[in-house]
Amino acid sequence: MKIKNLAIAWLTFGLLSANAHAQTEIQWWHSMGGALGEALNGLANKFNAGQKDYKIVPTFKGSYPESMTAAIAAFRAGNAPHLLQVFEVGTATMMAAKGAIVPVAKVMGDAKEPFEPKAYLPTVTGYYSDLKGNMLSFPFNSSTVMFYINKDAFKKAGLDPNKAPRTWKELIAAAEKLKASGQQCTYTTSWPSWMHIENFSAWHNVPIGTRQNGMGGFDAQFSINSPLHVRHIAMLGDMSKKGLFTYAGRTNQGDAKFSSGECAMFSGSAGAQAGIKKAASFDWSINFIPYHDDVKGAPQNSIIGGASIWIMGGKKPEEYKGVAKFMAFLSQPEIQMEWHTSTGYVPITRASYDLTRKSGFYDKNPGADMPVRQLTNKAPTENSKGLRFGNFVQGRTVIEEELEAVFAGKKDAKTALDEAVKRGNEILRQFEAANK
Amino acid sequence: MEKRVVFRSAWLPYVLVAPQIVITILFFFWPAVQAVWFSFQLQDAFGLKTQFVGLQNFTALFKDGNYLESFKVTALFSVLVAFSGLAVSLLFATMADRVVRGALAYKTLLIWPYAVAPAIAGVLWAFLFAPSIGIVTYVLKGMGVDWNWIIKGDQAMLLVVIASVWKQISYNFLFFFAGLQSIPKSLIEAAAIDGAGPLRRFWTIVFPLLSPTTFFLLVVNIVYAFFDTFGVIDATTQGGPGQATNILVYKVYHDGVKAADLGGSSAQSVILMVIVIALTVVQFRFVERRVQY
Repeated sequence: MKIKNLAIAWLTFGLLSANAHAQTEIQWWHSMGGALGEALNGLANKFNAGQKDYKIVPTFKGSYPESMTAAIAAFRAGNAPHLLQVFEVGTATMMAAKGAIVPVAKVMGDAKEPFEPKAYLPTVTGYYSDLKGNMLSFPFNSSTVMFYINKDAFKKAGLDPNKAPRTWKELIAAAEKLKASGQQCTYTTSWPSWMHIENFSAWHNVPIGTRQNGMGGFDAQFSINSPLHVRHIAMLGDMSKKGLFTYAGRTNQGDAKFSSGECAMFSGSAGAQAGIKKAASFDWSINFIPYHDDVKGAPQNSIIGGASIWIMGGKKPEEYKGVAKFMAFLSQPEIQMEWHTSTGYVPITRASYDLTRKSGFYDKNPGADMPVRQLTNKAPTENSKGLRFGNFVQGRTVIEEELEAVFAGKKDAKTALDEAVKRGNEILRQFEAANK
Repeated sequence: MEKRVVFRSAWLPYVLVAPQIVITILFFFWPAVQAVWFSFQLQDAFGLKTQFVGLQNFTALFKDGNYLESFKVTALFSVLVAFSGLAVSLLFATMADRVVRGALAYKTLLIWPYAVAPAIAGVLWAFLFAPSIGIVTYVLKGMGVDWNWIIKGDQAMLLVVIASVWKQISYNFLFFFAGLQSIPKSLIEAAAIDGAGPLRRFWTIVFPLLSPTTFFLLVVNIVYAFFDTFGVIDATTQGGPGQATNILVYKVYHDGVKAADLGGSSAQSVILMVIVIALTVVQFRFVERRVQY
């Protein structure tokens, strides 16, 4: 009896492992936790169920910087994953690592899989392509920064809840009324550098840095101490002093301040919608981010955040075939729509946007198409295509440190932004030297 | 009379200490040597291109005003952590030493925090003191204190000091408690009979007799504050607001692990290593003289 069981066990084991050998495994390291991770696993399972030759194995490796660090360490040790999800600020680092990555266009071309960079929104393609227009990584989850208001608080303050402030002037006027109505925190923000420096620049069509925001080469310099930048940050510092702006922190801490009702207006990721939907016990709306109405050409278009999938180098041709098949699978409008509607990330191809609109999703979820409309508000310029700065993890920290000094009233906007440019440029020169 | 074990075999003692030596070399000396080596290099994140740049990483650091500012922040932070950590634990130890009933329960509770990882300790304290939702914030607001460490540097410093000290109290407590128990009761009783009050007995008898323990803990706590606290900082302030809590070791972690700048990060850790070695030497040369074994 025992022996028989054992024999069966061995036999099944043998069959299973034989089965596993026939499949080519493709490792995918990502940073999608919680509900997002489930949606991602859903995509992988669907692909795995649809064919037998390849198996995508997704592994959650922690936050964006954590999985990038893990992949770098794995690469140095000679066992990097095939696919790596990298956040937008890591783009320059990945792009510079020529021997460590393979451009997605090359992998698709080699495997003769269809791939059309033009299918993507221009703001998305621009962010992940080199100057010749070659797409280097595969756009996956993209968001942008949006402006949210608490309609109930607006009503209480005697403001029209259906008219969200469109300009900073209107926002300040609304903030004053909200404050007078007893609202403790009138405006807050998540991701201060992304919102108030990076997207602010694109939205007003002014450069973040020279050389097309760094896309033209590693010798770029920051230009975030322009009079317009100084004016905007000084305005925020002034609002902070008057109690019209409450600083929440460097990441997404603003989200909770809005969804708990503490703050009546808030700028944060389009991806914050899901959390607000779940937590907010009040009526709210999602809107375009405010602009300064005396700036010519504003509002332009906002830029993306989020991440793309990079294909790592040094793998077998057979494995790259599987990678190409998976990328082709992910490119389908139906799959893109599923990802967009289940996560709140923006639809990144025209086809998936049209498909989602036709499905009636936007009629049932008003405002869900605001992010993509803001991203495509106008055809992107050199200033609003995106940005690409080396070691931008450090660069952002520098910007945030200097912004905090302004919000705390320790430095004036001009001094702080001059300092941010000076320190930021040192980081860029270091990156340039390391990647000569 | 000193007690000595003498090995007859010529090789056995070496075999017996070999594992310890191998571990020390592998996990302590080898990384240290690597850090020194990397600190003279400029590398891209993936290690594809490596250039030898001599002292360039170091000169870049010392030209950076913010890095120099970080020294001041670190000095303040370490002094606060080491001294308040020692003071509070000594207080707890003397209190626990006087307890007769339920002593075990008190001791266990006091030793407990040592089992908590620094990052978790950081998150716990960050929750308690969170600017909008924290319980402590709520109480402080009721008392009229405007608590917002997200923007107020001194409050942020206070928060990371509290979290770091809390983490280290158990360790200090254990040593102080053991030290207290080894002080002969007869000495204290004799002093009591001579009419010395509890405070006087503590400062003239107990404290001097505890000095070897205190000295040992001082060294350990300073090393802890310098090296082991980045988990707490990462989970709470991440060096901010501005640079208010950006201590040297956190900058090493941020630049090396998060930003993949190995050369700069290694140069910083070499500097940190030199500082701690210097501090330890100073402590042994000057402070130890006042210790009575």
